[in-house]
Amino acid sequence: MTTPASAAEKATPTNGKRRRGSDRSRSEARLGWYLAGPAFVIMLLVTLYPILQALWDSLFSLRLTALDETEFIWFRNYQVVLGDPAFWQSLWVTVLITVITVAVELVLGFILAMVMHRAATQLRGIVRTAILVPYGIVTVVSAFAWFYAFDINSGGYINNWFSWLPGITEDLNWFAAQGTSMFVIIASEIWKTTPFISLLLLSGLAQVPGELEEAARVDGATGAQVLRRVILPNMKAAIMVAVLFRALEAFRIFDNVYIMTNGANNTEVLSLLAYNTSIGRLEIGLGSAISVLLFLCVLIIAFIAIKGFKVDLAGTRGDT
Amino acid sequence: MRRPQAAVAVMALGLTLGLVACSGESGPPVLTWYINPDDGGQEEIAARCTEEAGGDYQIQTSLLPRDASSQREQLARRLAASDTSIDIMSLDPPFIPEMAAAGFLAPVPDDLQDTDDVVQGAVDSATWDDELVTVPFWANTQLLWYRESVAEEAGLDMDQPVTWEQIMDAAAETDTLLGVQGAKAESLTVWINALIASAGGEIITNPEAPADEVQLGLDSDAGREAAQIMSRIGQEGLAGPGFPTADENASMNLFAGDNGSFMVNWPFVYPAISDSDPDLIDDIGWTIYPQVEEGTEAATPVGGINLGVSEFSEHVDLAYQAVECIVQPENQSEYFVTNGNPPSSISAYDDEEVAEEFPMAETIRDSLDQGVPRPQTPYYNEVSIGLQETWHPPAAIDPDTTPASSAEFITAVLRDERLL
Repeated sequence: MTTPASAAEKATPTNGKRRRGSDRSRSEARLGWYLAGPAFVIMLLVTLYPILQALWDSLFSLRLTALDETEFIWFRNYQVVLGDPAFWQSLWVTVLITVITVAVELVLGFILAMVMHRAATQLRGIVRTAILVPYGIVTVVSAFAWFYAFDINSGGYINNWFSWLPGITEDLNWFAAQGTSMFVIIASEIWKTTPFISLLLLSGLAQVPGELEEAARVDGATGAQVLRRVILPNMKAAIMVAVLFRALEAFRIFDNVYIMTNGANNTEVLSLLAYNTSIGRLEIGLGSAISVLLFLCVLIIAFIAIKGFKVDLAGTRGDT
Repeated sequence: MRRPQAAVAVMALGLTLGLVACSGESGPPVLTWYINPDDGGQEEIAARCTEEAGGDYQIQTSLLPRDASSQREQLARRLAASDTSIDIMSLDPPFIPEMAAAGFLAPVPDDLQDTDDVVQGAVDSATWDDELVTVPFWANTQLLWYRESVAEEAGLDMDQPVTWEQIMDAAAETDTLLGVQGAKAESLTVWINALIASAGGEIITNPEAPADEVQLGLDSDAGREAAQIMSRIGQEGLAGPGFPTADENASMNLFAGDNGSFMVNWPFVYPAISDSDPDLIDDIGWTIYPQVEEGTEAATPVGGINLGVSEFSEHVDLAYQAVECIVQPENQSEYFVTNGNPPSSISAYDDEEVAEEFPMAETIRDSLDQGVPRPQTPYYNEVSIGLQETWHPPAAIDPDTTPASSAEFITAVLRDERLL
């Protein structure tokens, strides 16, 4: 990303091997470690330890109600998981939810960010607050709200309100088939987390220098051209960070599915499969194997995003 | 400089609370009773027994989650870690064999082994490996509830036991809907078990076997008959569009609505409908659960709560003394009247107030006596979820293939070869 600030920085004589040589940057790095070090150690303790424990447990046939029958079985749990259509089905559902929600949220989020960015100054506060309300609601609560709106057994009103649409009748049971259940799950997820994406995009929008836009307009660029050639390229880092964060979060979706269908009609997602195996069946070994695979998927997404799309999480330093 | 002060205050409060907790150690031993949510009845009984104990012990209650499987998850996790803070537990019967086989339950003393005054369904559900491992507290059963106007219109004599076929035909003829639980939940297993057992079959033929030797009885004539009934209700839409997601509450609302006709459900529906729609009560009748084969007594669903004492409790003897107090017939009949949960004690049904509040009390007692519990296996969770995976939605059941394929699936799950 080239902002005026970073351009100025690059123009200074310290360019090139500047960091290795400068005392100032070395002491800055040291200060950075002092400041972040304790948090880093605590993060290791609370995340690395459970991850290693899960890796270790996943190599055992380990059932909480039969601890004395625990047996080391190498990778057999992984063999069972990877050889089971239920795992691949859950993976497919999870990927589908992730791709659709992130894509729709990106478009909606961008529109909302533009609204927040451009809204008349008097309305800006109200608009921002209104947009943020869904994100402030606890996921479980929003899941129940959506469930009751659609559930025909507890008097959901959606069928009544939208019966004029083709395909929606009084008798449509949304949670009795895969397609309709997924629609509700995805819609509630989008409603809930679009504000998050729009906030990240808003910060990106704010970084686009106004003079570039003005210059483009003076040169006679249309609105669409300004958007495509000036705004979007200048906020690429913000977009990629938003996509990465949301994709990682969407991939771990649990609450909505647990509350609305509990995995019925092939709507089971990976987190729910891991939960049902570890907590429901008390099969800690098998459940840990699923959790480890889920973790690997998340790592792969992060890797693809960071390496493949060159997301720079420290992009604000402006030295890419 | 407000922050540090606030932090100090919080720490001070924490320390004080800690000290208070420690100082609670003196005085009579405190027994913790993990209860399932109810209308406050168990807490009342706990207070009464604490008083009766005259200082020997004190019962304090702790609330478990709402649904039975979450209750089991919480208790199993804690017991697996030998948690000593659990003394008495309100247990849902299907999960008792799992706790017993894992050695989580302290043996029931001899003076509590006498079950002459207990309905058969509750005794069966409290037993594992021919031994009473928990103490029956209250016992639940499903009845067949019907709208008298609809039964009359269909020309059914409800004084005689009726069959599933009769009520399905009646609903089809009168263009009304059946209240049955088709949701992918425990209620589906309750229904499957009742149907198969009523047809003379068993879901598991050797429930005490280890996981890899469990034999399933699903692929049998009884299994196919059960599948036949469920698939017909699903395919002909006899239970309405809400059927694939209907739980007990949804069935009750359907039954109390304009198209209600017949419903299988627990007795909680009676006080619930009396409260919400008092005019409807005159049109509501009840009888024993429907038969699968005409002339063969139905195997009615049983549920309820049994009391278990943790093996890791520091006061096992006192806990059993407390259990003895809790399950007294007087407490059970009062619990029925105040909370609507039927007693497991036969004599508790003789209470005058019970007969007055619950005109169907006698039917409940009879139904409990012919009840057949769900499979008594330590792997109940696998079996139940496995059934729900393969028999849901009911409209998709194929009586020729579903019983066999579900048996195959559950067997593979029990051998750790498949995921659930």
